[in-house]
Amino acid sequence: MKLILIILPSAAIICGIFTGRLPEVSAAVLEGAGSAVTLAISLCGVMCLWSGLMKVAEECGAVKLISSLLAPVVSLLFRGLKKGGRAVQLISMNLSANILGLGNATTPLGIQAMEAIQQEEPTDDGSASDNMIMLTVLNTASLQVIPATAAALRTACGAERPMDILPCVWIVSAYSLAAAVTSAKLMSRFSRRRER
Amino acid sequence: MQITDFIVPLIFTAVMICGAVRHVDVFSSFCDGAKGGLRTTADILPALVLLLISVGMLRASGAVELLTGLLEPLCSMVGFPPECMQMVLLRPFSGSGAIAVYDSIAQECGADSLAERTAAILLGSSETTFYTIAVYFSAVKIRRTRYAVPAALTADLTAWIVCGIVVGLFF
Repeated sequence: MKLILIILPSAAIICGIFTGRLPEVSAAVLEGAGSAVTLAISLCGVMCLWSGLMKVAEECGAVKLISSLLAPVVSLLFRGLKKGGRAVQLISMNLSANILGLGNATTPLGIQAMEAIQQEEPTDDGSASDNMIMLTVLNTASLQVIPATAAALRTACGAERPMDILPCVWIVSAYSLAAAVTSAKLMSRFSRRRER
Repeated sequence: MQITDFIVPLIFTAVMICGAVRHVDVFSSFCDGAKGGLRTTADILPALVLLLISVGMLRASGAVELLTGLLEPLCSMVGFPPECMQMVLLRPFSGSGAIAVYDSIAQECGADSLAERTAAILLGSSETTFYTIAVYFSAVKIRRTRYAVPAALTADLTAWIVCGIVVGLFF
């Protein structure tokens, strides 16, 4: 993160010198600050709508429902965890929160799940277990069904049908999810063979 | 008329009905959740200021055109709009950065352009990979992440390639 904040502005200044566009660059600094606020304000409404709706859904028991539907998938993907144990429960809840796009709830649940996995299968030398990696990789692939932030941004910039990207988002998410799971499983097999 | 036109009102109504059936205090729990949304927006604002400035500087300097020009041949192989390469490069590191890049692309190429749609799809179908890995593993004090990064990046690479193909098919 620090690196990005060094690379981006210095690349801008070096490039600005070569293209002779330094005045534009310095104007962009002040403009950027202002447009961040405009953007945040136009995002805010949809963000509130979504987190409000999802809070209601959560209280209707949506997380529990999806968790129970996910249980067989979880036991397929995560090997060697106690059936119905705390780790499995937390993993399912973390994944359900991801699917619903409950931004605030996802990370705490994920961290609790990581801790629960560690309790069930302690690793000695500070290296990750296969199940920990599987959970993390699933969290880096986007499981969210409704891309609320993307839709909010599209509304803010004046797209005619902000949700018309939905089928594409689903297809892309499905492929990247499949790639995440397959590569994690394959790489786990390879790394085990090498360590033997 | 497309099904995607109904999806938001449909979800809205379904959630409200579900809340009423389950005897949830819909009004107060909606407001409670919406407050969370307000907090999220307020939380990302400072980072957004920083990154919109950085991305804006980069765009004004002409560095983005330089980069897109360089990566153009690679992108045309999968039919990917080269403007969106900055999204591919920044997305794994920073969520606010991705929002800033999206905003920059949308202003440059216009709403409902191919590049704008591609950027939105990428934003909606990927995560801040490195941030997530850092948070999850540091929480349990894991130093050796083994194959976590390569596996996660394989998924991101797949998203990028599939996105190029799918956008070409749909729009």
